Amino acid sequence: MTTPATELNSIIGAELDSDADQFLTFVLGAEEYGVDILRVQEIKGWDSVTPIPNTPEYIKGVINLRGTIVPIIDLRQRFNMPEVEYGPITVVIVLKIECADRDRIMGIVVDGVSDVYDVPPEEMKDAPDFGSVVDTEFVRGLATVDEKMIIILDIDHLLSGSEMQATDQLAE
Amino acid sequence: MQQFHQTFFEESFEGLDIMENELLNLDVGNADNESINTIFRSAHSIKGGSGTFGFTAIAEFTHVAETLLDEMRDGVRQVTQESVDLLLKSVDVMRDMLTVYKDGGDMDADNIATVQKELEDMLGAENAPQEITNSDSATDDTALTGWHISFHPHVEMLRTGNDPVRMIKALGELGDISIVADITALPAFADLNPEDSFLSWEITLTGDINKDDVVEVFDWVEDECDLDIHPLAADSGTTIVETQQTTNNALPATPSVGAPAQVTKQAPTKKGGGEAASIRVGIDKVDEIINLVGELVITQSMLGQIGGEIGSDESHNSSRMEKLLEGLAQLERNTREIQESVMRIRMLPISFVFSRVPRLVHDLSSKLDKKVELVTIGEGTELDKTVMEKIGDPMVHLVRNALDHGIETPAERLAAGKSETGTLTLNAYHKGGSIIIELSDDGAGINKAGVLNKARTNGLVGENETLSDDAINDLIFHPGLSTAETLSDVSGRGVGMDVVRKNIKSLGGSVRVDSTEGKGATFTIQLPLTLAILDGQLVKVANETFIVPLVSIIESIQVKSENLNRIAGKADLYKLRDEYIPVIRADHIFGMNKSHSELNDRLMVVVEGDGKKAGVIVDDLLAQQQVVIKSLETNYQRVDGLSGATILGDGTVALILDIPGIIDMYKEKGAPVPPAPVNPDGKDPDIADEAA
Repeated sequence: MTTPATELNSIIGAELDSDADQFLTFVLGAEEYGVDILRVQEIKGWDSVTPIPNTPEYIKGVINLRGTIVPIIDLRQRFNMPEVEYGPITVVIVLKIECADRDRIMGIVVDGVSDVYDVPPEEMKDAPDFGSVVDTEFVRGLATVDEKMIIILDIDHLLSGSEMQATDQLAE
Repeated sequence: MQQFHQTFFEESFEGLDIMENELLNLDVGNADNESINTIFRSAHSIKGGSGTFGFTAIAEFTHVAETLLDEMRDGVRQVTQESVDLLLKSVDVMRDMLTVYKDGGDMDADNIATVQKELEDMLGAENAPQEITNSDSATDDTALTGWHISFHPHVEMLRTGNDPVRMIKALGELGDISIVADITALPAFADLNPEDSFLSWEITLTGDINKDDVVEVFDWVEDECDLDIHPLAADSGTTIVETQQTTNNALPATPSVGAPAQVTKQAPTKKGGGEAASIRVGIDKVDEIINLVGELVITQSMLGQIGGEIGSDESHNSSRMEKLLEGLAQLERNTREIQESVMRIRMLPISFVFSRVPRLVHDLSSKLDKKVELVTIGEGTELDKTVMEKIGDPMVHLVRNALDHGIETPAERLAAGKSETGTLTLNAYHKGGSIIIELSDDGAGINKAGVLNKARTNGLVGENETLSDDAINDLIFHPGLSTAETLSDVSGRGVGMDVVRKNIKSLGGSVRVDSTEGKGATFTIQLPLTLAILDGQLVKVANETFIVPLVSIIESIQVKSENLNRIAGKADLYKLRDEYIPVIRADHIFGMNKSHSELNDRLMVVVEGDGKKAGVIVDDLLAQQQVVIKSLETNYQRVDGLSGATILGDGTVALILDIPGIIDMYKEKGAPVPPAPVNPDGKDPDIADEAA
């Protein structure tokens, strides 16, 4: 990026590089994940939830988000990572999921929010096929920013595809 | 254009409903002119609209039907049963065609052609008089060299999808045309609303043209423009100028020169009946308001709670405090009223469902050779639109069922000492927070022996089992039990009463049947008035708050161990007066951590779902309050045993129990109570961890 552009950026407070997608990154343990920033509705601190009976462990429950009932997913549990105590920096990122024919609002519990990065499409690498070692169903690609690897998530598949499809079929 | 399509379809379907209704009410032989006018107007607007939107198939077909109606209206044609039947058939064809245009699919071209042919045949048979009247006026109108047309569209004309260019083009096809556009009304560009029409035209049309042809071009905009058509005659002194001012009706403009009598006859006639003024609003807008009001109710109850707490504190007792509490009380009243009014927006009279029935009875009774009189009571009873949409199909099924199985043929009825004509009564009324729809016939009733035999053959009932009358009647709702001896295309075809019950159940309602053999049967459907709010009992289960719908609660009692019984060491039964009800532990069924499994002295809410009773063990009974139902499916998915969620006064989410669902879960899960060795005193130690 050239200096004038950077200057201009700081003046108008906007990102001029229109090709690059912006990603909000957060940390889970030592790993850094990114989600498309346009899908992020808000970031809020962890608060108590109402658990829903007979649902998978990773569904922590539902919260009242200004009148809407929003399910909360623990991303560590979703990825079968070791659980940690929720602390003061544990946050919930509220995302808009585009699933089948409609949009859903969903919150994910993460260890903490990290940063916002621009990732030009050409710098996004496909995730290697780990076979059965790692489930890459949720991984849209890998990006490198400042020598760090960021795992870009395909959030539309977070609430396990099969699970949601079953619901949609029921709804029809 | 798409937004107009939507309106067009809505209006056209409504128009078809009106046509159908009026046709069914037509007194054959002595038809009321007003009714025929109403039918004609509906057909005419459908024709107009479909022509404009390029649905030519409908326009062409409707045109033929309209011609027939026109003749009836002019008194040229008698209203016969035959023509009414044919027009009803045409309504069906038009509805099918509209559906095809709306949702896609293939048209039943053969059927359309057949009905159209029938219409044309009927027209052809007695067309002669019509021709004469037509040619009378035609000679008057065409003996001229042309027409001068002043066409001043109203501002809103474009919004109804009418394009003046199309009409001018159509005029151009009639003869030589010269047009002067008047652009004086055109506002400055900045003020210009592209959807408004500001232009008007002075059109001179020369040639040997029939006036009717000119008028027809403006057929569907006559309400939306000021139109002057006068002949370009040399003897301008005798020119009669006719002005079609804005009128509320959709009559075609066919007045002829020098025939004022005819003009009067076709003068605008307001549709009779108490039509309340209404506006068309998207349901999503209404739902948005309902949601917002739901928020308001929550905020209000939160404030009320805090106000109550502060108010009870003696140290704050001052006149200002009193005022605050007064204000809060008023806020509560107002909120409640707003909520009720908003809910009422979604409420529609049940006549929307009932109105489908006369046609059905008309068709079925002639098909089955039965004589049936339909009586409807309480058509004004209101219920939620969503409930209404879903109750239509079950109702239709029940009506079919009553006509097919219930009411006997005239011969059978006479033999049984009843009048030849059977009666089907639909009755709707409010009861508590529910709407009750009763559908009763004075037919044969349920053949109990037949049902029982069938059930025994199917293995639903054991050979030696004896069932109460109610239980036998209830069997008809069981899947795979149709006692129709012959499968007709009316009912008894797979989709049965079990589907009816399932659909009603999914709305949170219930259906049951009372029957007296030889006297008739009554189906009683109970439905919640709305799917948006409910009166709930807050209960505590394993530290979580749940809501039990008040309608499903019979009573709440404290468990007495002497009334507890255990079956096969697994299922608990509770002796409630003279019956045994299964005991469901809410914490077990939801796989929550079970604090203790000792049942004695615990609270049990006796509930009824789907006609089955059960006792649900809870930890505590809290307040009763009205809650706004929020769907879990919006952002998540359906969860067994829960019908939704709501937001409590403190802003937290509480889940609403689905009582019939829980009873089903209990049955399916095989009563997941601790597999405890039965202690003599009926107590069971907590060893349930494995079971969970």
